[in-house]
Amino acid sequence: MNLEVNIAGVVLKNPVMTASGTFGSGMEYAELMDPGLLGAIVTKGVASVPWPGNPGPRIAETASGMLNAIGLQNPGVDTFVKRDLKFLEQYPDTRVIVNVCGHTEEEYLEVVDRLADEERVDLLEINISCPNVREGGLAFGQNPKTAEAITKSVKRHAKQPVIMKLSPNVTDIREMARAAESGGADAISLINTITGMKFDIMRRKFALANRTGGLSGPAIKPVAVRMVYEAAHTVSIPVIGMGGIQTWQDAVEFLMAGASAVSVGTANFHDPEAAPKIVEGIRGYMERFGMESVSEIALTESGSASGAS
Amino acid sequence: MKYKEEAEILSQESLGEDIFSMWLRTEHIAKEAEPGQFLSLYCRDESRLLPRPISLCEIDRENCRLRLVYRIAGAGTREFAGLQAGDRITVLGPLGHGFPLAESGRALIVGGGIGVPPLLQLARELPGEKTLVMGYRSRTYLEQELRKEAPLVISTEDGSLGTKGNVIDAIRENHLTADTIYACGPLPMLRALKSFAQEHHMKAWISMEEKMACGIGACLGCVVTSRDIDDHSKVRNVRVCAEGPVFDAEEVIF
Repeated sequence: MNLEVNIAGVVLKNPVMTASGTFGSGMEYAELMDPGLLGAIVTKGVASVPWPGNPGPRIAETASGMLNAIGLQNPGVDTFVKRDLKFLEQYPDTRVIVNVCGHTEEEYLEVVDRLADEERVDLLEINISCPNVREGGLAFGQNPKTAEAITKSVKRHAKQPVIMKLSPNVTDIREMARAAESGGADAISLINTITGMKFDIMRRKFALANRTGGLSGPAIKPVAVRMVYEAAHTVSIPVIGMGGIQTWQDAVEFLMAGASAVSVGTANFHDPEAAPKIVEGIRGYMERFGMESVSEIALTESGSASGAS
Repeated sequence: MKYKEEAEILSQESLGEDIFSMWLRTEHIAKEAEPGQFLSLYCRDESRLLPRPISLCEIDRENCRLRLVYRIAGAGTREFAGLQAGDRITVLGPLGHGFPLAESGRALIVGGGIGVPPLLQLARELPGEKTLVMGYRSRTYLEQELRKEAPLVISTEDGSLGTKGNVIDAIRENHLTADTIYACGPLPMLRALKSFAQEHHMKAWISMEEKMACGIGACLGCVVTSRDIDDHSKVRNVRVCAEGPVFDAEEVIF
């Protein structure tokens, strides 16, 4: 048995990665867990220049979840290459997936070009689904035509395989998955956060300065599982599933729904060791069901799971 | 170094008005903690995902004990208040950068509301001449402990004790002067102290508060605007949990 998965020709030693924006580049977490245990690290979104993000408060807790409106604050690609990529060199067995954000197509391409010759970058994840920035982000991710167009442009420039990160804030996720695939995406990842709102009733204010934020955490998991299932049964490129994964049981659900790999996001805040624990949990599950590879976890078309207890 | 530990609760008591005092025993955290740093406390109820940042009120390094004095602000802190001696709680710490402890002339240590607790350990460790100024709504707490460390001036909003009004009123009424202010409390108080310090050419160190998610500098949830471009973020933002919670008042804009 082994836990390896192949995403667009890149082999991950296990199917567990971090979700962009919840883990930085691993620097802060390295004191509390071993980032080298992960299949891949998906970095915080990187733009062509430093972005200040939104005013605070940026965080609000909700029942079994949280809202965030960070607004993609990041130090820009130059600092990212010098500092973050350098830091990641110490984990050669863990793949590096750089999340790329931009306000315009040109800005996305600037980052993609800048990273083209960086050997430490194994895959690119193109963020067309951030609900917290006014331009770019979600503007590309809610319309199949623009999503397909940006995918095509990125693919013309990128030297690494491209994952398009999709938003759940759409009418039909299958259309968006198809658009990414026909644009030439090598994989898709979903779901980003679901747009939400919260009020502070005693202070009589919006809980977030941005008014709306992205909902994440276990509260969104059933929505995410459904969307991952729909996407995985629509396209033939790999799907990276995420949305409220806290435990290995949650991760297995996503893999059953057809995801090739999973990302752990908000759970990192609840337990810095959540992701490595999930790796071990998946291993245990596969042992129990006598599975040789992660792909066997997926529910087969006939409706019955492969393997037996 | 940060540690995630299962801390043992040694005691829990109410100090009145929804304020609780909890002593914890930790293996590593207490030994390395400094005044002004904080802990992240994790809820047992899994529907509350985010750790609660709570400042350190007292640090007993020798016996590996920490005291947290906190106000019930919601369901998470209510859960903590229900814990009893012998219970355990998952904590992460020590987090952030505390108050600078180098001698810097005469000091005014100023706290307001639930900003009072972290100043007790500071009052104990800060060298040199110091005066404490604490502002309360009405009832005081930690008053006896604070008096042991330095002369204490009190303000209450209802005038039931000390100066009627806020800490600035108390400072003016008592003609208090100093070279450096160390403060923790609500934003309006910190704003007032920042301008008071500017007027009187004093240095001010202030402890800020913001909603946090990770507590360790990764999520960028708790930033405040900084005067200068920050070396880490490359923008005019600093992280309360990492560069803070204590900042030079001149360096943050709020």
